[in-house]
Amino acid sequence: MIFVTVGTQGPFDRLVHVVDAWARRTGRRDVFAQVGRTRSPPRYIRWAKFLTPVEFRQRFRGAHVIVAHAGIGTIITASELGKPILLMPRQAHLREQRNNHQVATAKRLFELGHVSVAFDERELAERLDSIDRLTVPKGIGSHASPQLLRTLRAFVTARPDARQWQHA
Amino acid sequence: MKSNERKILAVASGGGHWLQLLRLAPAFGNAPIVFLSTTAGYEQDVAPSKVYVVKDANQWDKRGLLRMAMHIGWVVLREQPTVIVSTGAAPGYFALRFGKMMRARTIWVDSIANCERLSASGERVERYADLWLTQWSHLARRGGPHYAGSVL
Repeated sequence: MIFVTVGTQGPFDRLVHVVDAWARRTGRRDVFAQVGRTRSPPRYIRWAKFLTPVEFRQRFRGAHVIVAHAGIGTIITASELGKPILLMPRQAHLREQRNNHQVATAKRLFELGHVSVAFDERELAERLDSIDRLTVPKGIGSHASPQLLRTLRAFVTARPDARQWQHA
Repeated sequence: MKSNERKILAVASGGGHWLQLLRLAPAFGNAPIVFLSTTAGYEQDVAPSKVYVVKDANQWDKRGLLRMAMHIGWVVLREQPTVIVSTGAAPGYFALRFGKMMRARTIWVDSIANCERLSASGERVERYADLWLTQWSHLARRGGPHYAGSVL
């Protein structure tokens, strides 16, 4: 199953419509989309506006590939569950979000090997044709980097008067 | 500090902020911990620890922000945490501010989504964060925020 998700910060019709058109052209029936508060839901794929955290995780588990906005929650979940994920970032100038941090996040995480990225609709449509062959991202385990955990642990267990910032 | 006096309040907005907070959990050991978020349905992620849910508000909704701040203040008063940690966003800022009034030790870990500059809350929280962290090394500055790794 291909799970499409746009997160909870508003609709992302630009992404959903590309997938919808692709499903219509190819006749794919194994797509489910979480589409947010949209005014133009898709017509050729199954969809819901919102999912509870439990439903979200279930849909993730049942999918073999994820197509999504470049939201950190989605990226972390895909990486934790070892699901290939193709992102298209929201754009501020198209009023899809308030700033352009999704474009920057997508670029950096792509460079780190955690995600695949399509930067516009044309690229997304092309990548969908080979979606079943998308590679699994670099695994990230179930918790933060050892350095960050060490730093926090040292702070939490330190005496109240200990020097606040120490390199772990 | 004796471990039986320690209590942690962990705060994160729903979605990506919450998932990042969960990835920090191994750092807190066996200390009693309570959580606060803006989305219902996260209880099973941290059971049997308690999750307070406050109604979210953005920076343009002054009344909503005030209501949220008061709710968070009430949680901090009630729980009396000795350590407060947050991955953002606004709820974490309020929790750290209230925590400082009550002499808690405070940690801010700016969301990994903020890779070009610190979040707005992350900038504002500087005076209230004993440990003030960014997850991108190029955003670290002398005097803070510091870089100490990331949630990935």
